[in-house]
Amino acid sequence: MAETESYPPIDPTNFDLIVVGTGLPESIIAAAASTAGKTVLHLDPNPFYGSHYSSLTLQDLVSFLNSHSEIPKTNSLQSDDTTILHVNARPLYSDVEISSYDDSLEEHSRKFNLDLSGPRVLFCADLSVNLLLQSTANQYVEFKNIDASYVGDGNGNIMNVPDSKSAVFKDKTLKYSEKNQLNSFFKLVQGHLEAVKSVDVVIDDGKIISDEDLESPFVVFLDKMKLPPKIKSIILYAIAMVDYDQDAGESCKVILKTKDGIDRLALYHSSVGRFPNALGALIYPIYGQGELPQAFCRRAAVKGCLYVLRMPVISVLLNKDSGSYKGVKLVSGQELTSDKLVMDPSFTITSSLVNSPSNVSKLARGICITKSSLKPDISNCLVIYPPRSLYPDQTTSIRILQLGSNLAVCPSGMFVFYISVVCDNALEGKKSLHAAIDNLFSVHTNETDSKELKPTLLWSALYIQDLIEGSVGPVVTTPTPDGNLNYNDLLDATSKLFKKLYPDDEFFPETLNTDSSDKLEDDSEVVLDS
Amino acid sequence: MHGRPRKSATPVDENASALKAAKIRSLQTQFLQNHHNNIYTKEALELNAKLLETNPEYMTAWNYRKLAFEHNLISQSDAEKADSDHIKSIIDEELRVVENALRTNFKSYGAWHHRKWVVSKGNSSTERELKLLNMFQKQDTRNFHAWNYRRFIAGLKNISDEKELQYTTDMINDNFSNYSAWHNRSVLLSNLLEKKAEGYFPKETFLTEEYEFVRNAVFTDPDDQSGWFYHLWLLDQTVKVDMPVMVSSWPPCDSDINLPVASEVKFPVVLYFNEPVEGISSHTVIVQIEDDVFKDITWSPLSTNKFGCGQAWVTHLSIPHEKFNFSKIYEVKIKSEDSRGITSLSGVPCSRPWSFAFRVSVKDVQPDEGQSFGRIMLTDESFCTIDTNLNKTNLLKSYFELKTSDDDQITSSKWKLEMIDNEIAHYRELLTWADCKIGKLTLARLLMAYDSMTSSATPIAHVEEVLQLYSELMKLDTPHQQYYKDEYSLVLLKQVTSSMESLLKHCWQYKSTPSSITGSICLRLNSLSLSRIGSIERLLWVQSLDLSHNQLHSIEGLEALQLLSCLNLSHNKLASFTALDPLRFLKSLKVLNVSHNEIGSHTIDTRRYQCSSPMSHTIDYDPKFEEFANGDAKLVNFWEAYTVFGGLNLMQLDIVGNVAVDERFVSFLVKLLHGLKWLDGEELH
Repeated sequence: MAETESYPPIDPTNFDLIVVGTGLPESIIAAAASTAGKTVLHLDPNPFYGSHYSSLTLQDLVSFLNSHSEIPKTNSLQSDDTTILHVNARPLYSDVEISSYDDSLEEHSRKFNLDLSGPRVLFCADLSVNLLLQSTANQYVEFKNIDASYVGDGNGNIMNVPDSKSAVFKDKTLKYSEKNQLNSFFKLVQGHLEAVKSVDVVIDDGKIISDEDLESPFVVFLDKMKLPPKIKSIILYAIAMVDYDQDAGESCKVILKTKDGIDRLALYHSSVGRFPNALGALIYPIYGQGELPQAFCRRAAVKGCLYVLRMPVISVLLNKDSGSYKGVKLVSGQELTSDKLVMDPSFTITSSLVNSPSNVSKLARGICITKSSLKPDISNCLVIYPPRSLYPDQTTSIRILQLGSNLAVCPSGMFVFYISVVCDNALEGKKSLHAAIDNLFSVHTNETDSKELKPTLLWSALYIQDLIEGSVGPVVTTPTPDGNLNYNDLLDATSKLFKKLYPDDEFFPETLNTDSSDKLEDDSEVVLDS
Repeated sequence: MHGRPRKSATPVDENASALKAAKIRSLQTQFLQNHHNNIYTKEALELNAKLLETNPEYMTAWNYRKLAFEHNLISQSDAEKADSDHIKSIIDEELRVVENALRTNFKSYGAWHHRKWVVSKGNSSTERELKLLNMFQKQDTRNFHAWNYRRFIAGLKNISDEKELQYTTDMINDNFSNYSAWHNRSVLLSNLLEKKAEGYFPKETFLTEEYEFVRNAVFTDPDDQSGWFYHLWLLDQTVKVDMPVMVSSWPPCDSDINLPVASEVKFPVVLYFNEPVEGISSHTVIVQIEDDVFKDITWSPLSTNKFGCGQAWVTHLSIPHEKFNFSKIYEVKIKSEDSRGITSLSGVPCSRPWSFAFRVSVKDVQPDEGQSFGRIMLTDESFCTIDTNLNKTNLLKSYFELKTSDDDQITSSKWKLEMIDNEIAHYRELLTWADCKIGKLTLARLLMAYDSMTSSATPIAHVEEVLQLYSELMKLDTPHQQYYKDEYSLVLLKQVTSSMESLLKHCWQYKSTPSSITGSICLRLNSLSLSRIGSIERLLWVQSLDLSHNQLHSIEGLEALQLLSCLNLSHNKLASFTALDPLRFLKSLKVLNVSHNEIGSHTIDTRRYQCSSPMSHTIDYDPKFEEFANGDAKLVNFWEAYTVFGGLNLMQLDIVGNVAVDERFVSFLVKLLHGLKWLDGEELH
């Protein structure tokens, strides 16, 4: 093999942990393990960081999508004392559909930083921001505000989401009675949270929401509070970011409980104004979400983690007797040993030892590029299409994130849109994506008759992604990007994986120089507006 | 900045603060030494700066800096004087010290004042001040020091009111719970209104927009009072009459009055305005009997403050003896053709001319004096219903006859009515879901405003609803119960005086043989739970008034009832002699009942501290009292009673049932009131 020579040998050859893939969960585990004093080797077959959490140029994105939607072949070998299991790529993507209406885009390919896992944002008070601060990885990333969020209807109208007291005050579309109802509800939730928090004060029964209500579906609670459908829909889908139609009754897949709904509202509201220089609840990293895994990788490298990109692992070595994990064999032919192995879910190992995830659920994602914004003065914004807003049997809410060039994700004068929707199958997912695209954009192959104010679609990529959760076996596999807007669930899963790997080690212990979380908040400059 | 709980001090904190105190003390000693020896060197200033940065509240230290600043400017060499950079560096140093002090304490009066003082010397960049302000106001959005300073800088920099108004809009949009921003908005809009700036005149359009703006705040969070305060200001802007107006008088317009003839025919003339005014004199008001213009007339304000202003003004006219003619009817004209000399307290002149006339006839009746004075009973049994055919009631009529108002007033009030009607509809809706006290209060005020604008044509329509609202508020918001009671009383009196019919229901006559007192109508407003008096403009004719069994804690307003000869205030909550102060002006008062009140039951006379300014009170120590007391130390405590009763010619007084009344006090009263015939039901000899 001629190629082999181009792969450098790795020294040392024994590690506490080998991590394959540089997606966000792997990067966090690598950083956490290095911080805990483990020797870590972090490998990635790709020439870039981030795996399925990466931000790529237009060309790289297309080739990545295409190459990760092919079905690979498998086989396994045996030697004297070791079972060798071949590592194969598992395609996460399917039904990739690229449409280009403007050839000139190719020239600008390198000016794009397109997220594979979009739409995604950070809530100022969410776990990812806390983790960035706690791990001090925040020094490697800069953020900007998402300026606005909207709720769309099927007629091409989008209206502001009145997500805070001042937004309710400023809103021009709500009736006075609706303003009162919405803010009263915010106050009810806030009163509940404060009453729950203050343990030493005698519990004020009037303010605490009863356990019975907390365990009931959120939608039932909203009905009980006599909130009209419009307000209900805003709270459920545009603030609590619920996926499935909560009014569908029995057929609804996931019903949000009141206590979880309240937690989501609390997250949203504590995000507004957490940082004095961030105006709304949501922020986005400049240069794309791919910056986040990189930041953790840099953090890990500072703590001594060894990085090798462009280094595929071809097989996993097991002890023949016990069948337990022993090490990996690289494409260079070098064999490395470690105590533990973490792999991203796009690899499969042909062995009964490794749990093969079953019953895969799906996610439809779309990336669109236009030359104009949905709202003239707004560069970065979120749009929610609640269930049933676009077509009668739309069972899930569709989220769209518009980003402008000030986030360095596209050439100036252009806008990138990320769309996602959870779905049972590709057909259903694509239907939702197309409905949203038709409602938001116009498609003109020739320039005539373009009087419509909708942005004209220049390019789009639609694809279906498998949703695979992390698993623990002899080999730990990390979760794929999920369908949520933020990273909260992924981070929860990741810290749990870390606990399984290293039950005795702390997941990013608080460092000495930042001994109180108060101090962290006051001192940290998470958002830099410039 | 607001709502942050205070943490109790840990031993570490206590240590730190002890260290800080020691440091401050040592700095303070050194600084005072410098101060006393007028040392203004660089080192001395640096020491002072250190002190101020740790303790910005130290006024003496700021004053020292001012002295040093001036000293160093004067004493600089000619070369330095020519060098503007040098002056600038001195000023910059001052601003730097202030800025550091403000970082220690945002709300230091001394620091903000010093900054103002330095900046007003010129030579500093207002642009920089504005930037600093923007930073401060971002951190603490409602710090009123910063807002004050902003107005100052905006004035220096000549920033347009419109631009500043936009700034308040932005701040309110960020967080409308900002009293300072709403307040500044009202200040700026007042300026724009006064200037009749484009877009702000007529005020109809801007008021509509402002009502809409603040409605968003009030509906979003009805419990947040900041918006409501602004709403009250708007309401006031909508309903207020732009200038003082003479609203009522005694004798009323176009009336006929009969006067008994004594040695001279003398009668009071009272002018009653919609608000306190000053400047009533023979120059501004012309009094004419028949064709003779009376030149030397003295008008005096009927008011317990001493600023020479009052809502009511009185003069006493007499028909010259030589002109007596019993068959003659004298035509008296009172007019103000150029009444710009009459101004409201804020200086707005009464620019519309007004006049009224009445007729006086003289009848030959022997006065009571000299006859024996029988005790006048004021119980229910002493009264009977009034015969409405009596011509005595004719005078009342004049108070209810329509006054024609000008056309422009009618058209202007049309949009006002619509505006208020619209507000009423909105707040009625709000109250259907939110049980909020300030919403109820606002609705009550809106309804009253609406009624006051329409009452000239239709009878008061919403009184019952307003009374209901105030009753609910008394229960809902007990800490402010007294205020709601007062408002309730005023509304109730408005209702009672709203029409001739309703007023007549409270008019009674004495059963006993008519005398100068018992011959008149008695207005009985007893047992109505009144806590204060209002609607005086409709009561100027009253000679006999029964206010017993109410909850009066103040009788302010009664001073305008110059004809009052018999007053029953028994069974109320009057708590001090100071509360009786208005009685001083009632020179015709003969019969007074203040029994069963709370005079003397409160050791501290809180009423004194409730008036607009403690300095405004007229009760001065009367040197004549010394003479009267004649060294009797026991009487010293009665000086307040002396000032109230000393000038009255009471013939009958009931004062029993007050803590302050004891044997000594009774003997004091007997000594003071020479004409007194009956005291607490006992005839005096």
